[in-house]
Amino acid sequence: MAYPADYRYTKEHEWIKVDGNTGTVGITDYAQNSLGDIVFVDLPAVGDAVEAGKSFGSVESVKAVSDLFAPVSGKVTAINEELKDAPEKINTDANITWLLKVELSDVKQVDGLLTAADYEKFTSEETGH
Amino acid sequence: MAETMELRKTALNAVHRAAKSKMVDFGGWDMPVDCCGLIAEHMAVRTAVGVFDVSHMGDIQLRGPGSLAAVQHLCMNDASKLAVGQAHYSAMLYPNGTFVDDVVVHKLSDNDYLIVINAGTREKDIQWVRKTIGHMPGVHVNDFSDYYTQLAIQGPRAAETLQKLTSTDLGTIKNYWFTWGQVCGLHNVMIARTGYTGEDGFEIYIPSDETTSARVWGEVLAAGAEFGILACGLGARNTLRLEAGMALYGHEISDNINVLEAGLGRYAKLDKPEFVGRDALLEIQAAGGTKRKLVGLEMIERGIGRDGYPVFSLDGKRVGEITSGSPSPFLKKNISMAYVPVDLTALDTEVAVEIRGQMVKAKVVPLPFYKRVKKTA
Repeated sequence: MAYPADYRYTKEHEWIKVDGNTGTVGITDYAQNSLGDIVFVDLPAVGDAVEAGKSFGSVESVKAVSDLFAPVSGKVTAINEELKDAPEKINTDANITWLLKVELSDVKQVDGLLTAADYEKFTSEETGH
Repeated sequence: MAETMELRKTALNAVHRAAKSKMVDFGGWDMPVDCCGLIAEHMAVRTAVGVFDVSHMGDIQLRGPGSLAAVQHLCMNDASKLAVGQAHYSAMLYPNGTFVDDVVVHKLSDNDYLIVINAGTREKDIQWVRKTIGHMPGVHVNDFSDYYTQLAIQGPRAAETLQKLTSTDLGTIKNYWFTWGQVCGLHNVMIARTGYTGEDGFEIYIPSDETTSARVWGEVLAAGAEFGILACGLGARNTLRLEAGMALYGHEISDNINVLEAGLGRYAKLDKPEFVGRDALLEIQAAGGTKRKLVGLEMIERGIGRDGYPVFSLDGKRVGEITSGSPSPFLKKNISMAYVPVDLTALDTEVAVEIRGQMVKAKVVPLPFYKRVKKTA
């Protein structure tokens, strides 16, 4: 699956799509594929603060649990309530299944994140093929 | 991840890779963990049929007129009760009653036993066998681990699937019995009605060359296609055996856990005159039993207890640890097995599992979590 060119990415396999002051955050197709069948997502509450590079929750598959790391700092303005009952949607389409929306405290932080091309290169190095 | 040691491969490795199965290092073996989705694979085995490559398992053969005496000394179950063509669950113990490994003993003939052992413990086991019974008269130890490709065909449609590939009437093989028959044109294939999933099913032992292994694997998949057969990985194998309450070496059983703690005392035949570990088990019994026991836990609050997570009593004392824990794909609950003190083993006792810094409530439930409904016909 291609990584959308208008998203930015972290080395911890999150994506963020920025629109003005709002960032929409999800995990990448690479991440969902490594995890396998996702059964549980633990997200912060609306109004909570998240900090770039720090854990804001976790995602669990049948066999593993993985921390979620915030690509940027800001305040949570929405979480994807759908994932409570249907976390497997992340497996179906990781690129559009968002986890949360954040009001960015510093839009410039986005510039420090990986581009789609950088991220693709990074994952291919990680897997060795 | 640095690769320090080259991983061992089964004869089907290229087949798994070509099928794009997700591979992991399992006890030094490059094995498929996820072939087409763990939950789908798990459900295929519970409701239809799945096939596993379990060639990484080891096989030790004891041969000769002294083989029964050797098995009796080496393993805790009573092999004198086995008929030719019968198998049983057993274990090799250290003198203190803890586990070298759990095994399945097959009686091939009066002078010939096949002991199927775990993959991660192969070298340790064969050395233990040689050390423990090597001096006994009339027994010859052979390591046949690399001789077989072992396939497990498991699920309610397993018999129908395998029946298409063999002239042997599978209906005549009872649970934990085996026979030899023609499978996929191969003669004298050992066909055992055994498995590690809690379902009906078979394990077949075929020659381990790549061409034969790939051909039989393909024929099993084709035979099961009408039932929706899936190739299954170690991920599903683990969740299936966990639901069925079966022990896994290094988790529920190890050289730190004795047979009575593990709840496997019914397989330790203490009325046998002698076997390695017997004296220790008798002493533990005489002293009033064990202090901790294996229980089933079901999470009652939101959270998934996993391997190694600590277990607390409700008054905040750390009392034990989860040995295996996972979401249960079939039961749709979060289940685990854990060692807890005997006073916390009663059904419905509530405990807390520390999940990433948070205390999450669980309760003691009966093992196994899942028991198949046996067909009456």
